Amino acid sequence: MIGVLALQGGFAAHATAIRACGVETIEVRTPDQLERVDALVMPGGESTTMWKLLGFQELERPLRARLDAGMPVFGTCAGMILLSASISDGRPDQSSFAALDIDVRRNGYGRQVDSFESDLVVEGLDASYRAVFIRAPVIERLGDAVEVLASVDDHPVLVRQGVRLAASFHPELTDDVRLHQWWLDEIDGVIS
Amino acid sequence: MTESTAAESSIGTVRVKRGLAEMLKGGVIMDVVNAEQAKVAEDAGAVAVMALERVPADIRADGGVARMSDPAMIEGIQAAVTIPVMAKARIGHFVEAQILEALGVDYIDESEVLTPADETHHIDKFAFTVPFVCGATNLGEALRRISEGACMIRSKGEAGTGNVVEAVRHLRNILGDIRKITQADQAELFEWAKQLRAPLPLVQEIAETGKLQVPLFCAGGLATPADAALAMQLGAEAVFVGSGIFKSDDPAPRAKAIVEATTNYNDAQILAKVSRGLGAPMTGIGMDEINVAFADRGW
Repeated sequence: MIGVLALQGGFAAHATAIRACGVETIEVRTPDQLERVDALVMPGGESTTMWKLLGFQELERPLRARLDAGMPVFGTCAGMILLSASISDGRPDQSSFAALDIDVRRNGYGRQVDSFESDLVVEGLDASYRAVFIRAPVIERLGDAVEVLASVDDHPVLVRQGVRLAASFHPELTDDVRLHQWWLDEIDGVIS
Repeated sequence: MTESTAAESSIGTVRVKRGLAEMLKGGVIMDVVNAEQAKVAEDAGAVAVMALERVPADIRADGGVARMSDPAMIEGIQAAVTIPVMAKARIGHFVEAQILEALGVDYIDESEVLTPADETHHIDKFAFTVPFVCGATNLGEALRRISEGACMIRSKGEAGTGNVVEAVRHLRNILGDIRKITQADQAELFEWAKQLRAPLPLVQEIAETGKLQVPLFCAGGLATPADAALAMQLGAEAVFVGSGIFKSDDPAPRAKAIVEATTNYNDAQILAKVSRGLGAPMTGIGMDEINVAFADRGW
């Protein structure tokens, strides 16, 4: 079962995209729900808020354990921030799961008036991909194990580390589900 | 390695502007009047703050003309938090909106809580890169605002009252009419557009999709965790809480409880847990006691 972390943010749009790929999904707000899923989408939203809510919901510890155990995950925007190794321009009490060997800067492109959309050429997709960046994070460091699948102006915006995929943009805000499909295909053999 | 360049990029598109509203879903946007309150809101898990000089309860009590806040005060709040900062412009006051855009606020609320600057026209919101949220009491009003470029609608409720009754009325108006429109045939859609004083293509789109074109949030009179969960169960996608937090006895725990209630709006066990021992909510006033109905402003 694929879960979508549903504390806040773009979770409903991600669930719609997963279902459009013909795959069932459930919303994850509690440790019990997390136990039922084999892989997790971590949506966009406000990463500082989500980090707090992970604490309020007593999800931080079980989610960290699942990630440490290798659960496949797809993080977008705030989701990518939560998966990173280190965060700049966050709140002092904000931490992350270090499930991806990347360092990110929150709102690295600026405020909402600087938010943009752009055509991406994505490794493994045959036609260009329209990507929507909302107060997006910038990836400032990449570990050796991290593969870059797409970039904008020399900044990586789509990266993978094994069965973990992360985007600084919002694939759930368009009707194009190719990235969701690609991730689901990649993890098909890994999850039950 | 493959590259995209800024030349293919565009800012301020409808998708980018509506996109930020998508990212606020399931969250609580809190009114704050200074940096200290903004930090309390962020600490409590607010997803954004609305920077304004006086909360609606005080605007209501003070009377007089309510205007855009002092830019210095808005900048102080922007410097204090990392979550999005919204600010209010008067209805039709596009220069206040230009100033707020220049300050780099993340969302502008063209708000009936401030004294309207134009009694006929709302701001042309397509002319801006920054996205706008507007209030609505019914579906026609919501669609007129969307046709002017609003990227988020909030049901108006009656701000500054601590009374949820108008918020419920407006949410039910909007969502009830959407439900009815999905059952209408083509001839009836023409009539719906006339009745709503709304563009026919937007009405036809709702008949097809069964939902508003932009995220629908709830505002105006929410004061308790149960109020927030009520709005969410009725179909709001996020909530604004204004006077309800900082006019209560103990704002920080109430703010956190309202955030938790919004996340867990369908779980009565958690709602019971977070509603305990919060101290007195804002006193609140009945609709027969108010002398100005903010919700009547907007055309």
